[in-house]
Amino acid sequence: MAIDLDLCTACQACVVACYAENNIATVGEEQIQNGRGLHWIRIERYWKTEWPQPQALFLPLLCQHCVNAPCEPVCPVFASVHSDDGLNLQVYNRCFGTRYCANNCPYKVRMFNWFKPEFPEPLNASLNPDVTVRGVGIMEKCTFCVQRIRRARQQARAEGRKVLEGEVVPACVQTCPTGALTFGDLNDPNSLVARLAQSERGYNLLEFLGTQPSITYLKGVGAERG
Amino acid sequence: MARLPNWARLPRYSRGPTRGLGHDPVPEAERPLVRQGHGEEFGPGSVLEVQDAVADGRIEDVPPTEQELEEMDAALDGVVLRSMTRIGPGYLLLALVLGFGTLSLFGAWLYQIFQGIGVAGINRPVFWGFYITSFVFWIGVSHSGTLISAILRVLNVEWRRPLTRGAEAMTLFSLMVGALFPLIHLGRVWKFYFMIPYPNVRELWPNFHSALVWDLVAILTYMTSSALFLFMPMIPDMATARDRTTGIRRRVYGVLALGWRGSQQQWHRLHLAMKVYTIVIIPVAVSVHSIVSWDFAMTTNEGWHSTIFAPYFVIGAIYSGVAALITVLIFVRRGLGLQEYITKFHFDRLGLILLAVSVIWFYMFFAQVLTNWYGGNPVDRELEELHIFGAMAPLWWFMVAVNVFLPFFTLWFKRVRRSLPAMVVITVLINMGMWIERYLIVVGSNVRNHLPFDWGDYTPGIPEIIIAGATFAMFAFLYVALSKALPFVSLWEVKEGWRLDKWRTQGISEEETESVEEPQPAAPLPSTSEAGEAAT
Repeated sequence: MAIDLDLCTACQACVVACYAENNIATVGEEQIQNGRGLHWIRIERYWKTEWPQPQALFLPLLCQHCVNAPCEPVCPVFASVHSDDGLNLQVYNRCFGTRYCANNCPYKVRMFNWFKPEFPEPLNASLNPDVTVRGVGIMEKCTFCVQRIRRARQQARAEGRKVLEGEVVPACVQTCPTGALTFGDLNDPNSLVARLAQSERGYNLLEFLGTQPSITYLKGVGAERG
Repeated sequence: MARLPNWARLPRYSRGPTRGLGHDPVPEAERPLVRQGHGEEFGPGSVLEVQDAVADGRIEDVPPTEQELEEMDAALDGVVLRSMTRIGPGYLLLALVLGFGTLSLFGAWLYQIFQGIGVAGINRPVFWGFYITSFVFWIGVSHSGTLISAILRVLNVEWRRPLTRGAEAMTLFSLMVGALFPLIHLGRVWKFYFMIPYPNVRELWPNFHSALVWDLVAILTYMTSSALFLFMPMIPDMATARDRTTGIRRRVYGVLALGWRGSQQQWHRLHLAMKVYTIVIIPVAVSVHSIVSWDFAMTTNEGWHSTIFAPYFVIGAIYSGVAALITVLIFVRRGLGLQEYITKFHFDRLGLILLAVSVIWFYMFFAQVLTNWYGGNPVDRELEELHIFGAMAPLWWFMVAVNVFLPFFTLWFKRVRRSLPAMVVITVLINMGMWIERYLIVVGSNVRNHLPFDWGDYTPGIPEIIIAGATFAMFAFLYVALSKALPFVSLWEVKEGWRLDKWRTQGISEEETESVEEPQPAAPLPSTSEAGEAAT
């Protein structure tokens, strides 16, 4: 995935889309204040300049699907594993909630179900049948909408071809009104996302940690150009 | 025969003062047999003064006769077995209160299981809180028992003899408490068996890359070996208890004594097994806390991934463990009426160990803070500022005050080391400081990270406070409850110590010499002055 910070307006549409697509439970105002929100994607806001001319910088943050994911080796039960296509997966049934992975995640994008997630009427009617509803005491996080990836892959296999560019679109990418998010196959040098990853503006978040994230941020330069 | 420094031969019975103390010389037969800890412990003619005088070579050290040794044996058996069988109202009240405290732990835990782990105050990014703090603390406390006992055994330190049992029991009990926390802190504790490498149809194994699996292995190993280390030297004492009790107790101790008859072969095997075991368990003990530290050091978190963590944690564990051992022994001595056997002399020596360990700990602590400070990593720098000047400064400075300054400015003084109230206050404060130290590592490092948007804070939840507090009740409860089942002084080791000491001082006595073919030297072996020189 590539995220163009010049295009992000921090409208939070991706956050809402993610909640709807992935059956993320809402935890209420009080729990959010306790740091227990379950946002798989969030917009981090940093103030570039102070009052009276405040300028904010926005950083959409979701699981970076690191190649060297720090969460994976620390899980004692292989609940956090790597898939063959480079996704960093969370096996909900296997997780028993040591929260070690979340401690070791430098991006703090792993969300824990502190209580049993609830979907009171009529929210339960809007649950996505493709996605597991998680239980209490387990870790969850952005999957790059693995259900969409798997569906596309099965379709492609059935038709005896490779997954095409643009065939898989995660909910956040689909929803982003400015097109700040781009999803695709980084291994295909001709894909849009691979070309964006080569951009001069491209950088990886906290790349000095050596996690090799799959997400490339494109540095926002618009504010500086005026 | 090993040449021992003078002080190693001290904790024993001896004839009362003869000369050099300002008293008139008394004929040997009229001199009272002085027992350690008997009567006044300070002042002219007191046990401590005699011990000091013997250590300085100012008075002659006359060992007890064979008959007196047997009287001493009977007295020791009597004191220990009486403390095991007598159950008074005060004891029942204490056991009830502590039992209630222990129950509150399980009550709070059940509440948490049914409500969800969210009733604890942990959150994102502080995923670990009081539970892991308590875990590290109790595993740390568990350290000293076995380690101190094993090291003192290996070094053949004679004064260890009345202390080893209490120390080994402390290890086992605090491990039982500490090992609860990896379970308590789980989000889904009912799935804890996922971590055990059991055969299953899906061929799923635990992840041996994870420090938590190392932890499980290390703690189970340590628990098993500590239990054996406690039990093995207890076999002859179980036989003693079997022979001196009646009814159901007799039968239970009979089973636990494993058919001990005190034959030469059995003694030989016990000594051999203890020799091997004592040496083997030291690396086990050291590795356990290294592995606990790697739970933290193996992560990417700032404040955690430090290479000094393993030795730092081991020293910290020994530090809080020795302090806890002193606290526990003071109460056990009082509660079980063991004043004659566990004397102020022991606390004096343990106080010296505590002082030495506190200085080593301070070095490690200082090295860690210093590298964080000049390392130039902004998050590390931010953490240190938070700890030293920021919101956590009261905790940090309290820890520094009680863990660095308090022992250093008090334990140099013999007067303080030999004052039990002072030692209780000092050791309890040290352990409060060590608890806070672990809190500052576990929580204090997690509140800051690379992305300031995700900085957090932590307030413990009520179940966390109850559980963390109730562990102290549970630890005390285990001690109190099992004090009626296990002899908390190693009977045979103390008796053995008296005899070894007699032989060292005197050579084999005349009655025994007759049956031995080779002539024994009549002079003491080694003599006091020689041993003193050998020690220097």
